[in-house]
Amino acid sequence: MSEFAIETHKMSRHFGVLRAVDQLDLSIPSGCIYGFLGPNGCGKSTSIRMLTGLLSPTEGDITVLGESLPKDADKLRQRIGYMTQKFSLYQDLSIEENLQFVGRIYNLAPKALKQRIDELYSLYDLRSQRKQMAGTLSGGQRQRLALAAATIHDPDLLFLDEPTSAVDPENRREFWERLFDLCSEGKTILVSTHYMDEAERCHGLAILENGTKRADGSPQTLMDQMGANVVELEDSVSGEGLRALKSRLIELPAVISAAQLGTRLRVLVSTDIAEPLPYLQSLMPAPRQMQTARPSLEDVFVSCTGGRRGIS
Amino acid sequence: MSLLVAREVVVGFLNRIFAILVKELKQLSRDRVTFGMIVMIPLVQLLLFGFAINTDVRHLPAGVVDHSNSSYGRSLMQTVEATQVVDFVQRYHSIAEAEAAITRGDVRAVMVLSPDLVTRLMDYNAARSNGALNSSHSTSRPVAQWLVDGSDTLITGAIKGLRSMPLNEMFQRSAPTSPPLVFAVVPYFNPEQRNVVNTAPGLLAIILTMTMVMFTATSLVREREQGNIEFLITTPVHPMELMVGKMIPYIFVGLIQTCIVLALSYWVFHVPINGGLVTVFAATLLFIMASLVLGLLISTRAQTQMQAMQMTFFLMLPSILLSGFMFPYEGMPRAAQIIAEALPATHFVRTIRGIVLRDAGLADLTFDITWLAVFAVTGMVVAALRFNKRLD
Repeated sequence: MSEFAIETHKMSRHFGVLRAVDQLDLSIPSGCIYGFLGPNGCGKSTSIRMLTGLLSPTEGDITVLGESLPKDADKLRQRIGYMTQKFSLYQDLSIEENLQFVGRIYNLAPKALKQRIDELYSLYDLRSQRKQMAGTLSGGQRQRLALAAATIHDPDLLFLDEPTSAVDPENRREFWERLFDLCSEGKTILVSTHYMDEAERCHGLAILENGTKRADGSPQTLMDQMGANVVELEDSVSGEGLRALKSRLIELPAVISAAQLGTRLRVLVSTDIAEPLPYLQSLMPAPRQMQTARPSLEDVFVSCTGGRRGIS
Repeated sequence: MSLLVAREVVVGFLNRIFAILVKELKQLSRDRVTFGMIVMIPLVQLLLFGFAINTDVRHLPAGVVDHSNSSYGRSLMQTVEATQVVDFVQRYHSIAEAEAAITRGDVRAVMVLSPDLVTRLMDYNAARSNGALNSSHSTSRPVAQWLVDGSDTLITGAIKGLRSMPLNEMFQRSAPTSPPLVFAVVPYFNPEQRNVVNTAPGLLAIILTMTMVMFTATSLVREREQGNIEFLITTPVHPMELMVGKMIPYIFVGLIQTCIVLALSYWVFHVPINGGLVTVFAATLLFIMASLVLGLLISTRAQTQMQAMQMTFFLMLPSILLSGFMFPYEGMPRAAQIIAEALPATHFVRTIRGIVLRDAGLADLTFDITWLAVFAVTGMVVAALRFNKRLD
């Protein structure tokens, strides 16, 4: 197998005039967890659908596990697993029946299927609810069932489209533990998310906005190479309030974004300004306490996606 | 080696069809309402068409305006009531009063007896006795007049049927009542002229169209609506496997309905089943498949279950009206016949009536049988081609 599980060159998908995905180049190495980070409507789902062969690209080349898409999509089916954004198993079937159905679809022999389902019960803690209808499961249980179904045939490559959007933090952590287990078995996992904490867990990451890739690399590299400095300004009892200060600062071209965190204002200053602290201090009517801070992934995200009109 | 590969392909194919089949049966068994409908639809429809729906008009509420005030008037009323076509429920003093009653809907028809009723009856009697000798007398004045609510042609027809009713009882003698017959009619296959004999086999076509088309049309669209399809098409399932797997349970459903209709027809309505049961079921199986395929075709077009239902109903109406189930195909205008020919129900109505009532063999019905078979096969191929394994 090649070193890359997924390679695309200028992958694009247009819906009428909308360029949902525009000239996306990806090289996703085998055996890692790779994330698509981006706001809703940035092209994450469309990209995943093209990479699974569900949608054909308007233009560009796609190679997944050595097969060229969409031409050879059928050869790929047995080797990939896909967990859709919306729960797509049958609500009026029990956990057991759903898994039996999916297993048979993947052509598992009866004995092997029984054994595999038993394994999945233990792995995803589903045994006690196995007779329960999928429609009555909690968000966490449902998501574990979906992951079990997507991995029942032991695929080499797993696509997860916003897998944790309906799950509480506890279940989310547990879920990621399972993903790392799968990864350690040599599987490649592509996961889309709009949660920073999830993105930070990935080995590699692409930040998408409006169908184009804004940044690509490991979370650490992205944070190190961010084109902005982070300064936190403290609230002062006298003088200008943080809200007013914020609206004033974001008007400046050198300020990429400003977001309030409790009693502090976190400001991203473009690297065009060599000395951000004196620069900001010079803008204050009275001296204000401020210090530089370590960039977070959210800062990277905001600076990549043009923060001014973004999260504030 | 290649034999092993081929074997694996076939096993995979059968495994996946089996998986879908089991899933469909489980879902169906949990859907109590649908399950109930499978039994209730044929049961209720057959009982309705067998007992309730009747084109023989009986016991119409009628009134009378009697200006003759004679015992002949009362006697005439009794004779008319004896036909059971009308029941006299009200007496009116004037034509105007009677017309108002018809307008209000109190009565459907009013018989008007003029003051010279007795003379008219005598004229009638004389004309009748001399009828054979002197035909000019047959143009004598009518005995009485009927005012009818003519909006329903069935009712007008029933009253018109009274025009030539014999009045023997009034004259207490037997005479050549009606003119001699031009033709003698021998009704084959339904000597007692019961409607249900013709309706029951036709109803099988209607019930199967209704349930089979709707079930498959909605069941595939439901998978799309609930998002199951997005997962399914990333799996190795082939569209053909999905369709065959979905059809098999409904074939059994269709056969169950066929049994209900046939059993009820035979034991409750005494419809003779002249053809062999094997022939009946072979033909029905073919029609079930054609209907299921029609449903699949709808499902490849409809985006929502609501749309699938609407398309099914769009098909239902012509199937009921044009298939020959309600009105003879031969009596329809050419354009309607062309539409009828395009409906599987038309071909099955002909086939099943041929087999059940006339003991026709499949060989006697080659055209309709071939039509249904060709429709089922081509429809299946088109549906599988139209069912994209992609979302775009």
